[in-house]
Amino acid sequence: MLRRASRTLSLLAAATLVLAACTPADPAGGNKTIKVAYQKTDSFTALDSMLQDAKKEFEAANKGVTVELQPIQANDDDYGTKLALALRSPSTAPDVFYEDTFKVRSDVDAGYLLNLDSRLAGWGDWGKFDAGAKEAGKADDGGTYAVPLGTDTRAIWYNKKVLAAAGISLPWRPASWQDILDTARKVKAAEPDVIPFNMYAGKGTGEGTVMQGFYELLYGTGAALYDQDSKKWVVGSTGFKDSLTFLDTLYKEHLAVAPADALDPNIWKKVFGEWFPKAKLGATVEGSYAPSFWQAGGSYAWPGYPQDMGVAPFPTESGGAPGAVSMSGGWTLAVGADTKQPDLAFNFLTTALNARNSLKFTVASSQIAVRSDVAADAGYQSANPFVKDVSGLVSVTRFRPATSDYPRISAAVQEATEAVITGKRTPEQAAADYDAAVAGIVGADKTIRK
Amino acid sequence: MVRYLPVLPAAVLLLVFLAGPVLWAFHASMTNVGLTGRHARNPEWVGLENYQRLVQDPVFPLSLGLTVLFVAGSAVLGQNVLGLALAVLMRRARPAVSATVGTAVVAAWVLPEIVAAFAAYAFFSRDGTLNQLLGRLGQPETDWLYTVPMAAVVLANVWRGTAFSMLVYRAALNGVPAELTEAAQMDGAGAWQRLAYITLPVIRGSIATNLMLVTLQTLAVFTLIWVMTAGGPANGSTTLPVLAYQEAFKFGDIGYGTAVATVLIVIGGVFGAAYLRLLREQRP
Repeated sequence: MLRRASRTLSLLAAATLVLAACTPADPAGGNKTIKVAYQKTDSFTALDSMLQDAKKEFEAANKGVTVELQPIQANDDDYGTKLALALRSPSTAPDVFYEDTFKVRSDVDAGYLLNLDSRLAGWGDWGKFDAGAKEAGKADDGGTYAVPLGTDTRAIWYNKKVLAAAGISLPWRPASWQDILDTARKVKAAEPDVIPFNMYAGKGTGEGTVMQGFYELLYGTGAALYDQDSKKWVVGSTGFKDSLTFLDTLYKEHLAVAPADALDPNIWKKVFGEWFPKAKLGATVEGSYAPSFWQAGGSYAWPGYPQDMGVAPFPTESGGAPGAVSMSGGWTLAVGADTKQPDLAFNFLTTALNARNSLKFTVASSQIAVRSDVAADAGYQSANPFVKDVSGLVSVTRFRPATSDYPRISAAVQEATEAVITGKRTPEQAAADYDAAVAGIVGADKTIRK
Repeated sequence: MVRYLPVLPAAVLLLVFLAGPVLWAFHASMTNVGLTGRHARNPEWVGLENYQRLVQDPVFPLSLGLTVLFVAGSAVLGQNVLGLALAVLMRRARPAVSATVGTAVVAAWVLPEIVAAFAAYAFFSRDGTLNQLLGRLGQPETDWLYTVPMAAVVLANVWRGTAFSMLVYRAALNGVPAELTEAAQMDGAGAWQRLAYITLPVIRGSIATNLMLVTLQTLAVFTLIWVMTAGGPANGSTTLPVLAYQEAFKFGDIGYGTAVATVLIVIGGVFGAAYLRLLREQRP
């Protein structure tokens, strides 16, 4: 009996030793590790290469510090989910991570992000960041929790060959929604095999549906999704119905893709990789980052894009001021609230976002620069022929109302567009469904009829 | 007491890894815990609020109906009946035919779920195998995953899961005493009569076990549907597991998503209890 007990004890002791060996080394022991979580996909490697550079630079400057890069291979939605799951527990939370601007507020509410105010005050480069872009890293309490990597705008991208073949004069600059429909109908009549004017719709394309589609319409009607003054969600607006009606017309007249294609989450790959290069698509609403797919080294490299493609601002409903609409998003780097080495983590962030690394990333991913020194750089301005056009849209651009209710509201908008393009509901019915859905999500007292 | 010591480790494991998560699910479904936002780390107790919302949610009855359709269509009818038919026919077929069919059926079962799901997607999608085959016969292209999403996922799940039922029934049929069938044959019973009055009653226990297993497996199917249709179009294939995932992870409402999952646990429990009862009744 005694022998067995001693054997059990020794087994236990061995197990403890093994377990102890598995736990990470004591941070005070000299070897410090900074964990960095970010997104990497087969078509988005710019951030990965930038962080690889920053890792080398940082490790060389800080002996004994290891930067552990943790790329997450996922699309935007899944990346957000995986990151949030990792952030929930202090033991899995990364020290520095890539964070979508529209999640900053709700993640600050959750206590995931470290307040950077005091540290940013001591960082000389902070003054070079664009004031508008800095807003994206702020939370409701006015503090700054994230540093922008770059921003983007949305515009109409069109294939000059397709439009020219239909007799449209170039450069094309539609002044109203009616102009878009007229042009699309001409393209349809001249080239029946071509998709004249596509706009994303439905739940398949997720945020793409609203960012590169519905919001350009909605904000061009004078309506809004959210009323900043009363902090309430807008329901019952004519603009909402008008926007759905426009989508209804596009899809019903087959000016856009077939509804089944629109619901395919991978449709954007066809837009960039197949339809534009093969002159099968007249125009679509897409982000300023479009050239990143086509330039050399991009996932759909297309040497002819500077000549074949054109860009135009998306017009307001009937051409009223300011004449153009755009939406902006963008990503940031943030420091985890539970990090054991806040200073090291912040220093890594500043290394990753220094002038050289920022420039490289901004050019490689066709971002709009948020640092004045990057914006002034000749390499940035000549990165692709469209930099000037899309950067100019910053003056009319808008941001999403990034409250924690936003993801559900966005899904309700996507559902409304899906119901309309599939012909299940009329624009009026879908708008009424949306109003009911919003009241259900935020409560009737947080909605406002406008 | 000492007699129970050997089962103690197993019992502890079951408690920790099975009962634990179930209890956690019940608890979480009564809070407003979220993926992000202020309730992420400091959830509040909200009682039955999530369940009240669930009852009023128009997607919930739809989702419940689709789940029943999916389980009844692909498990109870599809996998179960087809598996039994294959097992019966394979006993009468030539060994070569039987081996070929068996391999083909089991191949789908061997595939990891994600691979099977992509294979099924590649088969049903717009440029997929099915449309290419039909195209050769001069049929027009159809968007199967868009026009008939439920039929597509039901068929895919039948394809993927029939092997399990087939293997269970092959084993069961081997246990049917040959004398019984022969005696019935001598008395002039036809093939259908022998199946209905001899074979099926003898393997009743296996049928109940198989039904229970495939029902519970099918209730939990997520990857297959998520890859093929992601619950779309317009929630046309959103079964309860897909709904739970969407609510918990897409909208970050873990409390509400867990409430959906809890309903699923209860449904599974009811089915399990019903089948167990069925099993117990026929043992004298």
